[in-house]
Amino acid sequence: MHHVLITHGESGRSRVGASRFARNMASLQGQFEVPYGIGGPPTMFTIPTLRYMQTHGVTEEDLARVAVVQRQWAAMNPRASYRDPLSLDDVLNSEMIAWPFRKLMCCLVTDGGGALILTSAERARDFPQKPVYVLGTGESTETPMISQMEDFTSSRAFRVSGALAFKEAGIRQADVDHLMIYDAFAHLPLYGLEDLGFCEPGEAKHFYRDGLTAPGGKLPLNTNGGGLSYMHSGMYGMYALQEGVRQMRGIAPAQVEGAKISVCHGVGGMFAASGTVIFGNEAV
Amino acid sequence: MPNDQRPLPTPTPETAHFWEGCKAGELRLQRCTGCDGSYFPPRPFCPACGSRDVEVYAASGKASLYSYVINHRPPPGFGSDPYAIAVVTLAEGPRMMTNIVESPQTPEALKLDMPLTVTFEAFGEIALPFFKPAGV
Ligand SMILES: [Zn+2]
Repeated sequence: MHHVLITHGESGRSRVGASRFARNMASLQGQFEVPYGIGGPPTMFTIPTLRYMQTHGVTEEDLARVAVVQRQWAAMNPRASYRDPLSLDDVLNSEMIAWPFRKLMCCLVTDGGGALILTSAERARDFPQKPVYVLGTGESTETPMISQMEDFTSSRAFRVSGALAFKEAGIRQADVDHLMIYDAFAHLPLYGLEDLGFCEPGEAKHFYRDGLTAPGGKLPLNTNGGGLSYMHSGMYGMYALQEGVRQMRGIAPAQVEGAKISVCHGVGGMFAASGTVIFGNEAV
Repeated sequence: MPNDQRPLPTPTPETAHFWEGCKAGELRLQRCTGCDGSYFPPRPFCPACGSRDVEVYAASGKASLYSYVINHRPPPGFGSDPYAIAVVTLAEGPRMMTNIVESPQTPEALKLDMPLTVTFEAFGEIALPFFKPAGV
């Protein structure tokens, strides 16, 4: 068994060593998307959302509520970038970025980094830190062109990677105590809840309206404050994984009491790809 | 749009028919002669069945508005006013990204599923397909 060190570091805010987002105007995206004024993730990752909102009766207030709830979690995390309480009005009156998305529905841009050690359960047994077990994983891709996504109300990559991870772990959604869904923008936890099978299409808004994902709720989601309030260096997957690990060790700042299973869902290239990891602790 | 300095596509052998069509005022799609499926963006094989037996044809230019955002932070070359970045569903089935012209760039004016018609605007050697509300 090899031991693997997984590291990630990124100067998203200070831009040390960062290269400019290069665009090849002969690529399919360069020919058929860039000429229409896509300016990066805020105008690409967000394009499907209006169709999702109209299909399922999701309002701008529902998007704002995702940011409000995540700020409630961030308030408990001393490392979070923003911890002051937010109201729906604060979010709905923040600067317009790409309607229907306002500034406080978009992730932060910070510096950051993290590391994880992956090894065998046997080798981890006498580590000074409590081990966390990988119960299942899944990966998938769809299309690198946001305009060519099959269905704007659901991510095929999310559905496939989630189903693979749940199958390998041999668990059901009802077994999950803690959930992380990469929130580059406020619509992603809504898509994630539905595409990972926690509810039917269109029902995720009720998880937020009913407080199920908030502190004290039945399905604590993005308990570090997420990309919207904790931090986001550009690629956030490492930090979502680390919060899942902390929750499984019982050492998270906003610890979910008795949590035994954590699902962590990441995105890549916006809706182009996704990965799902299911963690468990010694109690599983 | 004033001061329009948008980045323009570099056609390739696989997409040349599309851009030549735009210059001629035609929205050219491809379809598979085997499974009869229309597809976009251009490529020399059918994405459904892999067949290379495909043909180019002129689409109707009719579409409906599938989704969009209104960008309030235009990148360089796109002027200073908010504008919609839209994805439309063509009458023939495929979807494409575009801008909506001859319409206010507001949520009130831009309703999902509204019928649209293609229109072409020249930028030097390139003509870009835009869409406008049908009947305008
Ligand atoms: Zn075919």
